[in-house]
Amino acid sequence: MEHDTILGRRRFLLSGAALGCSAAASPLLTPISLASAPWDNRLVVIILRGGMDGLDVVQPYGDPALAGLRGAGLAVGEAAGATDLDGFFALHPALAPLLPLWRDGDLAFAHAVSTPYRDKRSHFDGQDLLEAGTDYVPGAGHSRDGWLNRMLQTVPGLAQETAFAIGREELLILKGEAPVSDWAPGTRLGLSPQAELLLRKVYAPEPDFRDALDEALALTEEIEAAEKAAAEDDAGMAMQQMMAAAPGNRGKGHFQVAEFAVERLRADTRIASFSLTGWDTHASQKYGIGTALGRLADVILTLKVGLGPVWDKTAVVAMTEFGRTARENGTKGTDHGTGGAMMLAGGVVRGGRVMSQWPGLAEADLYAGRDLMPTADVRAYAAATMRELLGLDRQTLETAIFPGLDMGGLSGIIR
Amino acid sequence: MTFDPVIGAIRFGNGRSPRVPDPSGPADLLTPLLAADTMKVRYRVPAFDTLFPIHARMNEIGQARRTGDADEDMLDEMRELRRGLASLNLKLTATAFARGVETRDPFRERLTAFWADHFTVVARTSSTRTGVPMFVEETIRPYISGNFADMLKAAVKHPMLLIYLDQNLSVGPNSDFGKRREGRGLNENLAREVMELHTLGVDGDYRQEDVRQLAKLFAGMGASRTNGFIYRKNRAEPNPKTVLGQTYGRRAGKLEDVDQVLDDIAVHPDTARHIATKLAVHFVSDTPDPDLIEALRRRFAETEGNLLAVYEVLISHRSSQAGPLQKARQPIDFMVASLRALGARGDDVVRLPDKTVAGRILRALGNMGQPLHRPVGPDGWEEDATHWITPLGLAVRINWAMRISSLKLVQMPDPRDFVQTALGHLASAELIFAAQAAETREEGVGLVLASPDFQRR
Repeated sequence: MEHDTILGRRRFLLSGAALGCSAAASPLLTPISLASAPWDNRLVVIILRGGMDGLDVVQPYGDPALAGLRGAGLAVGEAAGATDLDGFFALHPALAPLLPLWRDGDLAFAHAVSTPYRDKRSHFDGQDLLEAGTDYVPGAGHSRDGWLNRMLQTVPGLAQETAFAIGREELLILKGEAPVSDWAPGTRLGLSPQAELLLRKVYAPEPDFRDALDEALALTEEIEAAEKAAAEDDAGMAMQQMMAAAPGNRGKGHFQVAEFAVERLRADTRIASFSLTGWDTHASQKYGIGTALGRLADVILTLKVGLGPVWDKTAVVAMTEFGRTARENGTKGTDHGTGGAMMLAGGVVRGGRVMSQWPGLAEADLYAGRDLMPTADVRAYAAATMRELLGLDRQTLETAIFPGLDMGGLSGIIR
Repeated sequence: MTFDPVIGAIRFGNGRSPRVPDPSGPADLLTPLLAADTMKVRYRVPAFDTLFPIHARMNEIGQARRTGDADEDMLDEMRELRRGLASLNLKLTATAFARGVETRDPFRERLTAFWADHFTVVARTSSTRTGVPMFVEETIRPYISGNFADMLKAAVKHPMLLIYLDQNLSVGPNSDFGKRREGRGLNENLAREVMELHTLGVDGDYRQEDVRQLAKLFAGMGASRTNGFIYRKNRAEPNPKTVLGQTYGRRAGKLEDVDQVLDDIAVHPDTARHIATKLAVHFVSDTPDPDLIEALRRRFAETEGNLLAVYEVLISHRSSQAGPLQKARQPIDFMVASLRALGARGDDVVRLPDKTVAGRILRALGNMGQPLHRPVGPDGWEEDATHWITPLGLAVRINWAMRISSLKLVQMPDPRDFVQTALGHLASAELIFAAQAAETREEGVGLVLASPDFQRR
């Protein structure tokens, strides 16, 4: 109960800021860095684990077949509280806090998209393929590095902190040869000088351990320094006051992750990735997806408020391993499907639109008679975003980063 | 290749202990599996059905609250029930650790953990969290040395797994119930995971239609948190179903059909290959010798999934006896092995205050990336060393190791002795030097535990 109130207040603060009322109090956690990275733009990739039901998040209520597929346990459309976006699609009520971004043109969706993964509908394979960014060859296994890491590999001489994997779970998307930092908010390493010295000695012969320890020591030192600096400047004070107004929220994992991302992105980090879970809504989807979407909205708003002017150089891409069945199942939920939706947000995004070649939801239009038919590859949207945001060329994107991808004519994602 | 007792204790057990000798050969690991399960008796886990009356009362109070009929006493009772379950969860955590540090039959504990991970169950609500170790106690532990098919059948029918993988909600579309109730239907989740994770493996030779047919066979199985397993004939899908080319069932669906299909899938060649690979990867190497996998697969196939026979190959194969240690200890193994190496006593572990278990064990596990019983999905924990030996994971392990004395379970030993107790001949020259050069006993012990030598198994 208490949690809800606090969460509510925090969300109120965030939505006020998103509307611009408290933009002046917008926190500056760390001084904005003009440093060494090859880009000034920022890319945040959020993996939505569990298979987000795109048909519930961005509801094609203009499609006459939708009502026959959804409704017994999963109400859709304006009658169920969704907000019309463009006369055809409506936004799930739990994303209402993001409507100001939609109106400002900072929020877009791509619909009827999927990875190349088909038919087995396993979360784990689906997520691996989403993060690997490769074509799907059944039974062949897939690459052990992720597309965001392969993107970094195409840019020589990057510093470790250019890319950050945030959180305690492994992110395949950032795994690979290119150096990447990884940390979870709130971790400390308190060693006596002698213990540190001896530990370094013991780790010296073992490269994996040695490198991990070096990075852990460097990160804790840097993060402590950044926090000390933040506590001493006015903007840091403002942020702390905002925190004090919402006690207890620091413990909410998704806020912590988003705030940590803000700190890093205001410094030298240009690429950040983390995941949000809770999308596997086989039963009573109404409740599950509401919670998950609430967290996603919190994260987007925390990024917007925290990044301040940097928001205008930022693109956030939120993607999931697959959509869910077009028909609701027997338990007021949906099962693993194929086509779904992805979200793009940020000051550089050409928002206020749902991009899609809509396949239709009539029986004959569904994939395998059960799922939303994918008409575009999620990788194409990620590729076009990176092409325009980071200046990568199409050939590199279609061969080194997303081998086998045809981007088609997709462009105009970024303002 | 001769059996190395130090490697045996670490690779197939919970590490060395000053109180338990290393296994002197494969027999020391295998024969105790045939004897009585002493840890099960010494540190008890209550039966799952002991939760039924608690859940029933919680349901009653919850119902009363929704209708506005709950008085203050009832709400107090609800809080008390929740507190009791939270405390039980901590007690069961301590129980698992006590078994690990105390046992003279450590291969049993490791196998239990392996199979518990194979049949991963995550509680959907805090009130069923204690159900996870109970599930393991009832469906995994009794079967670890028997036939794989028996474990599979026990696990797939346990309420915790049925609830976790949504089977509880599945209804045969042409069943009496399904025909009456518009909008209720099949849920494929359990059927898919049984094929993908528990038996054939994701590379197995099965199709979406096999999943669908298996889901139809499973329809009827269900469970409640107040009554346990039930087979509801009126939800079972009628008529024969064909799974992997075999036909099961007749006009009316029944539980025997489920047993039959599971018996068959359990000995399918793809299952043999899948289990062989998983065992080799878990116990020996992230990239195991293909010959080890093949030997395991063959034994599994020849014995139709007799697990004891398979373990014999696992332990005796030349690549299992050779060093160096190639795996990274997962956080739970690391913490148990640390306490075991220090000679902690199980009886003291189960007497740890709840607050200590919550802060120094449960929270520490979460921070190391292995929140107890809560992996992200039904595929369980990662095996790769690269997943565990990260700056973040290592930082938390180092912190925990350096402060292990605050658990107040053991006197800190002389680090020069401890490096030998913990690692024997596997201790590196650098570590032997560091242990004697540390400023305090705590730091010396912490260095040994945090060392790469100790993180491997």
